[in-house]
Amino acid sequence: MQQQTVFALMENRPGVLNRIASLFRRRNFNIESLNVGHTDRSDISRMTIVMDSENVDARTVEANLYKLVNVIDVQDVTNQPAVMRDLVLIKVKATPEQRTEIANLASIFRASIVDVAPDSVIVEITGTEDKIEGLVELLRPLGILELVRTGRVVMMRGDHVGIRHTPGANGGRVRSEE
Amino acid sequence: MKKTGAEILWECLLREEVDTVFGYPGGAIMPVYDAMLKYPVHHVLPRHEQGAAHMADGYARASGRVGVALATSGPGATNLVTGIATAMMDSSPIVCITGQVPAHLIGGDAFQEVDVTGVTLPITKHNYLVTSASEVAQVVREAFHIARSGRPGPVLIDFCKNAQFEETEFEYPDEISLPGYQPPQHAPEKDLAEAVKLIEKAERPVILAGHGVLMSGAMKELEIFATKTQTPVAMTLLGLGALPASHPLSLGMMGMHGEAFCNNAIQNADLLLAYGMRFDDRVTGKLRTYAPRARKIHIEIDPSEVHKNVEVDVPLMGDLKTVLTDLIPLVEESEHEDWKTQIAAWRQETEERSIMSQPVNGKLHAAHAVRALWKATGGDSILATGVGQHQMWAAQYYRFDKPYRLITSGGTGTMGFGLPAAIGSWFAHQDKAVWLIDGDGSFQMSQAELSTAVQEGANIKVAILNNSYLGMVRQWQELFMDKRYASTALTGPDFVKIAEAHGVPAKRATTPDEVSPTIKFAQETPGPVVLEFVVEKEDNVYPLVPSGADLDAMIRRPITREPAS
Ligand SMILES: Cc1ncc(C[n+]2csc(CCOP(=O)(O)OP(=O)(O)O)c2C)c(N)n1
Ligand SMILES: [Mg+2]
Repeated sequence: MQQQTVFALMENRPGVLNRIASLFRRRNFNIESLNVGHTDRSDISRMTIVMDSENVDARTVEANLYKLVNVIDVQDVTNQPAVMRDLVLIKVKATPEQRTEIANLASIFRASIVDVAPDSVIVEITGTEDKIEGLVELLRPLGILELVRTGRVVMMRGDHVGIRHTPGANGGRVRSEE
Repeated sequence: MKKTGAEILWECLLREEVDTVFGYPGGAIMPVYDAMLKYPVHHVLPRHEQGAAHMADGYARASGRVGVALATSGPGATNLVTGIATAMMDSSPIVCITGQVPAHLIGGDAFQEVDVTGVTLPITKHNYLVTSASEVAQVVREAFHIARSGRPGPVLIDFCKNAQFEETEFEYPDEISLPGYQPPQHAPEKDLAEAVKLIEKAERPVILAGHGVLMSGAMKELEIFATKTQTPVAMTLLGLGALPASHPLSLGMMGMHGEAFCNNAIQNADLLLAYGMRFDDRVTGKLRTYAPRARKIHIEIDPSEVHKNVEVDVPLMGDLKTVLTDLIPLVEESEHEDWKTQIAAWRQETEERSIMSQPVNGKLHAAHAVRALWKATGGDSILATGVGQHQMWAAQYYRFDKPYRLITSGGTGTMGFGLPAAIGSWFAHQDKAVWLIDGDGSFQMSQAELSTAVQEGANIKVAILNNSYLGMVRQWQELFMDKRYASTALTGPDFVKIAEAHGVPAKRATTPDEVSPTIKFAQETPGPVVLEFVVEKEDNVYPLVPSGADLDAMIRRPITREPAS
């Protein structure tokens, strides 16, 4: 499945997440994942949105996000040099004898065990979705009890900023011309 | 100086040059009403909050200013919803202020608590929940700015009762900080250059003029551009008046009920210049076969409208008036003689046909009444409508030579819009009578507002085209559902008596001969008047592009008599 990733900066005003969720529902955009959190400035939040590109294109999403008064900037980072990460916690059934096996698997993936209980362990892994899927598949036969993921977060490498499809839609910030 | 939140609201409204508000009081907005008495603002009391929203909308459309509607919490606020959605779809700038339960009770299902910012989220351009008096000034300032700038639209302020009572220092903010809200003004030069290339190459161009022309105030620029490049202009329903109907380059209304020559021109064009319009399904017909040979240039202020329904070749993002002003000096004069000759031939055929289709049978057809009204008012009146066949006949037979004259619900097609919108528009131009062409069904949805017109002495002249049917739906049942008339027949009432019960003079016409004297009666009687035209019950609106059909696959007017030889 082809995926597209955009991120948005928005004023951290009450209800802004609700506005974005409502927009996606109303315009019938299906999202694969959505991650929100503060930036280094407490008045600005940053959101990463991953979409199935068969369902909608990034340009449409970008243009609609700009209709929201509190959205400051939107960038498409699909196929751009960017660091993309997910953080996943996986609770796996584990007898004391199986713990070492799991620890070994985890270390191959640069994951770690962050909690140990008599019958289970929690593995924490960050990385791209491919890498995470790799570990999940290996752990599955042991019995996955619970799994939670943050959804993708992205950051452009170097000084790049992403692509803007909508000239003139947003103001304020300097925009890249590539 | 310290003021209450309620007082601050009125201080701000005065600074936004609001002199008339439309509203309905109730518990959660009482402090605002109490404070109002100290301020020089005229308050209009509709008979239903939906009326308040439509009045504010009508006022905004007729005046170009922001309309203001007030309501209490809960049911008062939810009654505004249809009016807000109507304003949203037609990009009409209104600010709605609703009372809300005190902030500390929110979420507890207090009496008359409804999550109004939640309910109106998808039908407002933006909305606010105000929980303390200190927020009021900033919020009102932003709300008016957002409502009228960029692509205009409704903004709602949900105002907690505690914030209305609370006192705080009042200072009207000089600046607004909305870092993400910066509507585009000028289109980039390289995009203009691309557009110019397409314009120079075009042999069969057509301009599609929408509501954006009126909202941007770009009528003059449109005419200059059209004249310089000799490009015919088709208009959307809400764009009527963008170019005078009598202008030689005017093609009139496009789309589902547009004239055949207009839709033919669009389908055969090699370049479409979409100016402040959004390719609604009512104007495109089947998208796959829409203007198949045309390149497309789209001047639009809302980026989400570009490529939404129709992929365009050159989007020019910006304010229409600004972009046209930039574009005009860049284009060469042209003539397009062959193209205009071709269109003139189509036009002549349409006109012959429409003369042949006017039955002279002594019966009263809606078209007669609309035409007579157009003549009697010199085509200069503000004309509001309901929704249905009468609305389309008004658009077809009243010829709009000036902008801001047609006040009609396009995007939502809201029945019941007409009467309150007519009252609201009268407040924008109190020196003139405002006409309303309404349907019997539409009128009954908001007829209680007759009392409002009487109470306000609003000079509105209501012409009800009574066909005893929900005519537009009946027409579709006739044409597409084998005449199965499911619940479209309407019985009564006696509209003359209804009017008289409200203290409104009224008269009925049932034959073509009675039409002109009846209109004259309305014009000579001061204040509100109701006219009932008892028209043919089963007339249809033609031409008609069936939904989902090609734009030029119109059902034409049937020929009912031989051409005069
Ligand atoms: C609020 C609302 N409800 C239903 C409709 C669907 N509708 C569209 S036109 C129409 C009939 C309108 O009847 P009338 O006002 O008598 O006008 P006519 O078509 O007969 O001229 C209806 C029911 C609508 N547009 N708006
Ligand atoms: Mg009717």
